[in-house]
Amino acid sequence: MKFTVDWLKNHLDTKFNNNQIIDKLTNIGLEVESFESSTSELDTFIVAKIINAKTHPNADRLKLCDVDIGSDKTIEVVCGAPNAKNGLLTVYAPPGSIIPKNQLKLSVSKIRGVTSYGMLCSESELLLSNESDGIIELKNNKYANKIGEKYFKNTSEKVIDLSITPNRPDCLGVRGIARDLSAAGAGKLKINKKSNLKYRGNQNINVTIKKEKAQGCTIFGSCLIKGVTNKESPKWLKDKIKSLGQKPISAIVDITNYVMFDLNRPLHAYDADKIDNEIIVRSSSKGESFEALDNKKYILENDMCVISDRSGVLGLGGIIGGTRSGTEYSTKNILLESAYFLPRSIRKTSKQLNIDTDAKFRFERGIDPLSIEDGLIKASELIKQICGGEISNLDVKKIDNYKKTIINFDPFLFEKTTGFNVKNKELIKILEKLGFDISKNKKILRLVVPSWRPDITQSIDIVEEIVRIKGYEHINTSEPIKTRLKPTLNYYQKLFHFLQRSVASKGYLETVTWSFTDSKINQLFKENDEEIPIVNPISSDLNVLRNSIFPNLLFYLKKNLDRGFKDISLFEIGPAFKGKNPGDQLTVIGAVRTGMVSRLSWNDKERIVDTFDVKKDVIQSLCEAGIDKDDIVIDDKTPSYYHPGKSGGVYQNKNEKNALAYFGEIHPNIIKKLDIKTESLVIFEIYLDYIKESKQKIKDLKSEYKFSDFQKSERDFAFIISKNFKSQELVNIIKCVDNKLIKSVRVFDVFEGENIPEGKKSIAVNVTIQSEEKTLNENDLENINKLIISSVESKSGAKIRS
Amino acid sequence: MSDIKKIKDDYIDKLNTENNIEKVNNIKSELFGKNGIISNEFKKLGLISVDERKKLASDLNNIKDELQNKISTKIQEIETKEINLKLEKEKIDVTLPERNIEIGKIHPVSQVIDEISSIFSEIGFSVEEGPDVENEYNNFTALNTPDNHPARDMHDTFYLDNNKELLLRTHTSPVQVRTMLKGKPPFKIIAPGRTYRSDSDQTHAPMFHQVEGLHIDKNINMGHLKGCLNYFIKEFFEVDKIKMRFRPSHFPFTEPSAEVDIGYEIKNGKIVIGEGNKWLEILGCGMVHPNVLKNVNVNPSKYQGYAFGIGIDRLGMLKYGINDLRAFFETDYRWLSHFGFDPLDVPSNYRGLSR
Repeated sequence: MKFTVDWLKNHLDTKFNNNQIIDKLTNIGLEVESFESSTSELDTFIVAKIINAKTHPNADRLKLCDVDIGSDKTIEVVCGAPNAKNGLLTVYAPPGSIIPKNQLKLSVSKIRGVTSYGMLCSESELLLSNESDGIIELKNNKYANKIGEKYFKNTSEKVIDLSITPNRPDCLGVRGIARDLSAAGAGKLKINKKSNLKYRGNQNINVTIKKEKAQGCTIFGSCLIKGVTNKESPKWLKDKIKSLGQKPISAIVDITNYVMFDLNRPLHAYDADKIDNEIIVRSSSKGESFEALDNKKYILENDMCVISDRSGVLGLGGIIGGTRSGTEYSTKNILLESAYFLPRSIRKTSKQLNIDTDAKFRFERGIDPLSIEDGLIKASELIKQICGGEISNLDVKKIDNYKKTIINFDPFLFEKTTGFNVKNKELIKILEKLGFDISKNKKILRLVVPSWRPDITQSIDIVEEIVRIKGYEHINTSEPIKTRLKPTLNYYQKLFHFLQRSVASKGYLETVTWSFTDSKINQLFKENDEEIPIVNPISSDLNVLRNSIFPNLLFYLKKNLDRGFKDISLFEIGPAFKGKNPGDQLTVIGAVRTGMVSRLSWNDKERIVDTFDVKKDVIQSLCEAGIDKDDIVIDDKTPSYYHPGKSGGVYQNKNEKNALAYFGEIHPNIIKKLDIKTESLVIFEIYLDYIKESKQKIKDLKSEYKFSDFQKSERDFAFIISKNFKSQELVNIIKCVDNKLIKSVRVFDVFEGENIPEGKKSIAVNVTIQSEEKTLNENDLENINKLIISSVESKSGAKIRS
Repeated sequence: MSDIKKIKDDYIDKLNTENNIEKVNNIKSELFGKNGIISNEFKKLGLISVDERKKLASDLNNIKDELQNKISTKIQEIETKEINLKLEKEKIDVTLPERNIEIGKIHPVSQVIDEISSIFSEIGFSVEEGPDVENEYNNFTALNTPDNHPARDMHDTFYLDNNKELLLRTHTSPVQVRTMLKGKPPFKIIAPGRTYRSDSDQTHAPMFHQVEGLHIDKNINMGHLKGCLNYFIKEFFEVDKIKMRFRPSHFPFTEPSAEVDIGYEIKNGKIVIGEGNKWLEILGCGMVHPNVLKNVNVNPSKYQGYAFGIGIDRLGMLKYGINDLRAFFETDYRWLSHFGFDPLDVPSNYRGLSR
């Protein structure tokens, strides 16, 4: 909402200066976005000096001028003026300027083969005089030190731009703003002068508001103004319209606009002679169409509120008028409309047709239904004053009566809500100035809400009015109450933070990517999940919710590889979507690693990152987050985007349905499809929701401390075993031989090839044996050895290597 | 006796110049071996008179001690020399690089969320979360924003179905609704998380982060709201004083509503929070609207309280001098390394919010 201070003073008697007004507006909730002069087309013309004028290489009568325009570099301008000479001070118009004389927009152009950046102007081109023989010659003493400054002073008055919240339609008019300021002590609201308008005759174009279920109009007020002379608006009106950032059109249109911004009362003027017999306000039928004043043709749906005549639709009520009945300079007779349209209807129609107008913006928020006549009178007066004509009696048709809103307000609610007290007397004064009618019933105030405040419906709204006008600075700053109702984080929230930092501590950079992704990439990772398209995506490559974190992670991985990074470790923790209903999402960590370990190391051998690097990262992170390593079971079934032979799933227990995590190489087909070029690419993912919450706190989990001081022995075994036999099972078989004595089993060599039969491998394990009761003698150890060998051989079909 | 003294002096001279450990050992056995010179002298003691023996024995013991000391210091001396020589040869260039260090980083958004959670934890708030996909009711209607309300235009919403029933939450406020629907007052929560609006330019990203705050109890008023936010802003920006301005505004789900500005100035091209006479809007807040309380089955005549919503990304940008919002989500390795935080740098009260 834009207006000038002068305009405000039409409604407000105030001693406040501009800055005080600005501060007050913001303090009462009418946020000032800016307070500055409106920009003018003339702002671009600047004082310049010709440094060097030489003859154009291809045209004797043209000159090539180096022009100083106050910036670092001079500008080259081609000029045909005979008086262009070295040292001349003149006016320069850069490309983009609009030349006042012909309203042409300058562009960079080639003149006889030489590029000219802008133009040097003559007085006639700037409409300063008829002098067109040469360029302007500015006086040295006045302009010598003004090179680069604007030639035309911007004399337009400073404009206040307010950001009005959607609950305050009343402040979409200058008078409403003045009223708020007066309530806040910034002056006195001027009383509207009683109109002494003389009416002649009746409004004889019949108006009917059809009683329909979807009728979006409840009141239609109008008057006829006969014998007008439409013309350009006088300067004061033009200035007002310009201060709004709009272009003056004609007196009649400008007046209706002016009244809209002045009183927040949208009006519409029809050329009465173009109306076919009568006005019918009705709901549209699908397929009806009309050409609107924005020069677009709109095809209507059912149940849109239209103003029509016998020939069809004239315009969309409260939104936009039509060209068929538009006023022109030749218009002689006007039908002026001042109506009330239901916000819901306006909103629905404008959304469907995607139209936004100043009238729509206001009706949608709620116009004062009692302002019908005020609007007609104010506009008629101005029309009569500027364009002449005779005004008919006002005709107001209604299908619904306005009902007052009454609130019984207990002033105690104010203190209860805001924490401070305002005396009843002051409180009543504020409300009166805002336009409330107040009567008292003991402690309760009976408030009649002003008709221009559709936002006020209940007591809390009254509290807001008072505290807003009184000023938020009166609210005390209480010490925070530290009472805690429950622990800050629950188990899964702690897990989130812990795993996030745990993974990062393994050298991964955390990233945050969109929750949506490209369906083409997503499809490679979605497995059996349903695709979740966004109806209105921001772009076609962010058109689905991600089923997995990897589509985005790999997309950005590729970008970083393209930047020249080779050894990359990236992860994200966040949602992966499994369905389109609220809650169909899992919290997942997705991580990727590429390139080498120990690249270009002077002492370590470099090698590509592999499955066991990410396996370590994933297992260590899980252990750090509190999962017992002994519980972890690895499986080789993984989603299809993994390399089928080089990936694994991690389970918290043997019989769990859902894997906690997957790790491994990504499927070569995917690398190829995404055109990712790297030496190696391994990934892992952790599903936080599938981690079981431990029932015990760590304080309960710490068991009695036991250790053995008896000597421990280590024995090595090498088995020849089927190539597909899993080392995890071999280790389990050995552990099960004697859970008490066998403290650890470590695989220290795996070997295939020379001396090993086809389809077999050799696995070497180191077993630590220790008793908690005694030192084991050779005999005991020998027995265990035999037991280990026989168990392994019988359960796995392995053979001990001798 | 004089012989012995001479022998002793000879050997002392010899040991003084000797540098070979083997030869020193040979001398040792020449003197103290089974038939060593000194050993033999001791054997002779038995053959002489008691009077003489006493003196001679004492002299002999002195000579023995002297020689033995000499020998052991000599051995030590030679050994030290040898070790030093060996160590000298083993010297390496310790300025050669260590084995590769892999430094991971926490994203600024995550760090700021942890900072915020830590601050609010201090004053008794717990963390709640809600789904990213919401239904229309929780995101709008329950929050006193019916379909025909123009306030909906302020949120450019991503929809998942044509009926506009399912959407990506446009703010974290639906977590208020969920929290209150599933529990009983009092409530004291914050809810950080992802939020979405179909808006994309230099200063807007289609996804961003908000933290919602909600405190509902019997006598919570606007003074508490002011106190809570004043505390938060001071703690977050780690300054003693903060210039803060509460200004009336409008949100459908709070009444009265406020926007909060903080004072700032530009010093040497950098933004300094807390000083200066410029205002920067950083959050929206207010008293929870009675209609919202009714919608979630909380009796507004018994309970009342405040709610607030803060843009997390923006707070992070202000605190850590990050200019471009969109860079948060573009996964540029250089940016992540530059603005990321060490994973061990966990914001907490006792260790300090940030290093």
